[in-house]
Amino acid sequence: MRRPVLPLLPALTLLLMLGPVAAGIWGTLLPAFGHLPAAGLTGPSLEPFVALFDWPGLARAVLLSVTTGVGATVVSLAVVTLLLAGWSGTRQFRVLERLLSPLLSVPHAAAAFGLAFLIAPSGWIARLLSPIVTGWDRPPDILIVQDPLGLTMMAGLIIKEIPFLILISIAALGQAQAQNSVTIAQALGYGRVTGWLKTVFPCVYAQIRPPVYVVLAYSMSVVDVAVILGPNTPPTLSVQIVKWMSDPELSMRLLAAAGAIMQLALVVGALAFWRVGEIAFAHFGRRWIASGARGRCDPIIAQVALFSGGVSVLVVLFGLFVLAIWSVAGYWGFPDAFPDGFTSRNWMRHGPGAFAALGETAFIAVAVGFSALILTIGCLEAEYRHGLRVTQRAVWLLYLPLLVPQTAFLPGLQTLMLGIGAEVGRIPVMLAHLVFVLPYVFLSLSDPFRAWDARTGTVAAALGASPDGVLWRVRLPMLLRPILTAFAVGLAVSVGQYLPTLLIGGGRVATLTTEAVALASGGDRRAIGVYGLMQTGAALLPFAMALLIPTLVWRNRKGLRHE
Amino acid sequence: MKHLAVLAALLAPLPALADVNPADWDAVLAEATGQTVYWNAWGGSTTTNEFIAWVGDRVSAEFGVTLEHVKLTDTSDAVTRVLSEKQAGENDDGAIDMIWINGSNFAAMKDADLLFGPYAEDLPNWALVDAEGKAVQTDFTVPVEGYESPWAMAQVVFVHNTATMPDRVGSMQALQNWAQANPGRFSYPQPPDFLGTTFLKQVLVDILDDPSVLATPATDENYDAVTAPLWAYLDELTPNLWREGKAYPATGTAMFPLIADGELDLSISFSPGAASTAIANYELPDTVRTFVLDKGTIGNASFVAIPYNSGSKAGAMVVADFLMSPEAQARAQDPAILGYGTVLNMDALTAEDRAAFDGLELGVATLTPAELGTVQAEPHPSWMTRIADDWSARYGVAQ
Amino acid sequence: MNKGLFLRNIEISNGAQPLLTLSHDIAPGEVLTVMGPSGVGKSTLLAYITGTLSPDFTGSGSVVLDGRDITNAPAHKRHVGILFQDDLLFPHLSVGANLAFGLAPGGSPADRRAKIAEALAEVDLAGFEDRDPATLSGGQKARVALMRMLLSEPCALLLDEPFSRLDTALRAQVRDLVFIRARARSLPVLMVTHDAEDARAAGGRVITLEVQS
Repeated sequence: MRRPVLPLLPALTLLLMLGPVAAGIWGTLLPAFGHLPAAGLTGPSLEPFVALFDWPGLARAVLLSVTTGVGATVVSLAVVTLLLAGWSGTRQFRVLERLLSPLLSVPHAAAAFGLAFLIAPSGWIARLLSPIVTGWDRPPDILIVQDPLGLTMMAGLIIKEIPFLILISIAALGQAQAQNSVTIAQALGYGRVTGWLKTVFPCVYAQIRPPVYVVLAYSMSVVDVAVILGPNTPPTLSVQIVKWMSDPELSMRLLAAAGAIMQLALVVGALAFWRVGEIAFAHFGRRWIASGARGRCDPIIAQVALFSGGVSVLVVLFGLFVLAIWSVAGYWGFPDAFPDGFTSRNWMRHGPGAFAALGETAFIAVAVGFSALILTIGCLEAEYRHGLRVTQRAVWLLYLPLLVPQTAFLPGLQTLMLGIGAEVGRIPVMLAHLVFVLPYVFLSLSDPFRAWDARTGTVAAALGASPDGVLWRVRLPMLLRPILTAFAVGLAVSVGQYLPTLLIGGGRVATLTTEAVALASGGDRRAIGVYGLMQTGAALLPFAMALLIPTLVWRNRKGLRHE
Repeated sequence: MKHLAVLAALLAPLPALADVNPADWDAVLAEATGQTVYWNAWGGSTTTNEFIAWVGDRVSAEFGVTLEHVKLTDTSDAVTRVLSEKQAGENDDGAIDMIWINGSNFAAMKDADLLFGPYAEDLPNWALVDAEGKAVQTDFTVPVEGYESPWAMAQVVFVHNTATMPDRVGSMQALQNWAQANPGRFSYPQPPDFLGTTFLKQVLVDILDDPSVLATPATDENYDAVTAPLWAYLDELTPNLWREGKAYPATGTAMFPLIADGELDLSISFSPGAASTAIANYELPDTVRTFVLDKGTIGNASFVAIPYNSGSKAGAMVVADFLMSPEAQARAQDPAILGYGTVLNMDALTAEDRAAFDGLELGVATLTPAELGTVQAEPHPSWMTRIADDWSARYGVAQ
Repeated sequence: MNKGLFLRNIEISNGAQPLLTLSHDIAPGEVLTVMGPSGVGKSTLLAYITGTLSPDFTGSGSVVLDGRDITNAPAHKRHVGILFQDDLLFPHLSVGANLAFGLAPGGSPADRRAKIAEALAEVDLAGFEDRDPATLSGGQKARVALMRMLLSEPCALLLDEPFSRLDTALRAQVRDLVFIRARARSLPVLMVTHDAEDARAAGGRVITLEVQS
């Protein structure tokens, strides 16, 4: 008899997801306490931390990481909450939702470049308004991009987190009986926003809590967006860690490790702080609910939320549009709204390199996305067949790799991999990508997979179909759309990975994202335009396919059209 | 018995892992065929990337060597990589076969025995190199001793847009005065960026009455006194910098778009031909010109080095040699391609090769070798390291 | 050999909470109707017989079908057909392919096509092979689901409130169709319902489950 592999898959999946994280943290802890035997250093010692606290930029770098991370999370969560409160179920909301969904897959780096090209003193907005409105014939000397407070960086994070939180919340709304609650609240004289906040928000928030934590952890430790939009005098702690990691001097590696532990502590601290904030918020929220306030400012709040949501959508769209213009621009001086001429020269110059990087990107993304899909389907099917229970704790395990800051474990992972003589290159990069892709693919597919009517399986089995037959002949075809969507999510996540590709690939693996971020330091906006567009296309195309393929395959199957 | 022979054949390559002898060039060529060379070089400049791609095509066609450009944001990434490989005991086939390097990164690697060599003076094209006239035997005062081979000459030039800044300035003090009159129109890349630290050194070399102290390593005794004028200069300059010194461009090329937009009137470059090249690529307006200071400017050579643990040393040497060939050098000097200075001695070339150089149009913004004037020596790397650290503490974490 | 469906000392509990106990024999062609309020475990009983009991529940007792103990057989080897209140036609397959899914394997393609055509004709749906099931009316879907199940040649038939979604006129019609065919094939039938009309129409014994406390 064939040994069934299915029951082993959940354990294997967890190992693939958490093994690298645990190993990486271990590989960071050792040098952080002065232990790097390969370099003749044996710990334990607190030297690295002493050196870290001696770095004059530490206080500001830490403050920046905290303020930008918490700020971006609070603002995006507030906008999303008020948008849902004021508009969910309306026509305006459906328009916004339809615009936001594709934006979810726009890579962070591309969105950040677009934002920079838009709002810099020499950006497109200034060009459009100059000189007639502003009177500027040269860009003003104002610090917008890379401002010391990190406001632009926060904005860059917010425009990407809003689509994420909105789509997560919409999924949660389905289970919250939102419409009924709001209707009842309105009948009791509550405003729409207030009624929603008092009746629906507690249920929705309980469900979106893990993703909100992910947004917080991610925003506090992001590297690529911070490199493009963040300040440099000093940069955020995460960027500084990566800089230390790449310093030729060995002692800097210990410093980087100490910084990485600090980063981990910061994120853990911020999450704990956030948890306390939730409790306080809930306390005041209950009093607010008990007070019976009906919400007199509701219409204004709703308008502000809609405006903010709209702006965040437009910023990404126009940002991509400016990337497109730069990619075909000839000479383009300030304050001209458009280039002197359009040329295919930029694409001729950068196209070959970009297409080579696209090949590498696609190869990695498809391999990783497909592996993640197989593992996910295997886990879900094992859960279904063997009746495995999914506890809330297991769900948190799924979020764990997304909650541990990348800068805390990837450097350690790189050191460890070298320590065991593992070859750098594509395969390790794929494994590193898998750590981040798996959770998203799993989260994307698990709901539709579990929502599938199990009686269909009973009927198929009663008709003589074996468990494998039920899976292949009934369940997977019926779930074609969510499966392709989950695959597309996996591809988009892989395409957007910067730090894992950079650190684990040892520089040998050049994807669109690493190439684009490398170009950021050179400031060649035409090249950035080409790479940014390619990167966006690489992430968007799979989503388009995920919509198109089921529509074509099931064009004669009404029952599968609107799922 | 047959099995034994196979086994022996399998084991045989072990001694062959011993390094190829650079002096036996035929053996180098033979071994290089089929090798893949990972060249780690800064990837922020499109023109350089294209040049490297062209080198890859040529060495592939001529020597069967596959060249992969690993694009770095920072050369020290590659140094770290080799260092970690050594720690990990990866001594035979590291990720890096060749690095575009000079200055402190070279000093660090040479010091830590991370480099293969000496090999440079055994390369066939070394005979054509202007070893006497150009600074190719010391790198930031550190003796090269054949551990890296030169492929381009660089010299500091100032890049200005004559539409908004018609006149050149002749000294760092004059630059200070101009910045005071035109606040926000000058910047330099943020140290420890290579060009940024070069600017700091250029300031020091220009304002010191006797810069010869910089040729010897900085000491705890003389450092503070020697650099005091530099900090005084920067304290005065910083408020007049672009963005009041609260942000700096990341690299030299990042300043070109700022000039094109009119944010900057003046910046610096380490490549005398880069401005002309950028004009050709629409990256700078055609009103841009370059100048050097009255006392001259700092110059140095760009080198390539081979890590001790490269698995393709022969291939890397073939590439290094090709980079010094008249064909590659003439192409690198072409402002439409790169605009880098050559390391070759014109007198050592054949008439035909020399004609290839003479035929180059230097470009509107490129100074002639005569106009480039005196090349000032790089200070000892210990100065740069300390100055870069101090700069970061003083200005890099601005309050 | 003893034909029929024999349920012996079946006890199902939800954790420590006992849910139902039942011991009954159903002869070929007989309909046993199980009634009771919702939550009493009627559908759980059917899940135990089809082999798809959720792990929340534990069951004991044996299920013997035509002399074969199928208590621990995998679901797809039990030869127990089931109809739910929803038709549960596979939405990605045409009507013909749905029937082919049920049709026991074997026979030439032409044979199989003929059997499917015959089955469709039997319920007045001749020529419906290529239709998308989502475009059929409720009564048509119910008939396809019935024929799909019968084509798999089950040895027993379970009905889980099979007519509750149909309107009154259609209901009697489909009900007759099911019972007539079950009797014609001498199938033991177990029906769970909370509708007294269904129970009367079935004409067999009726047992009522009570909520256990």
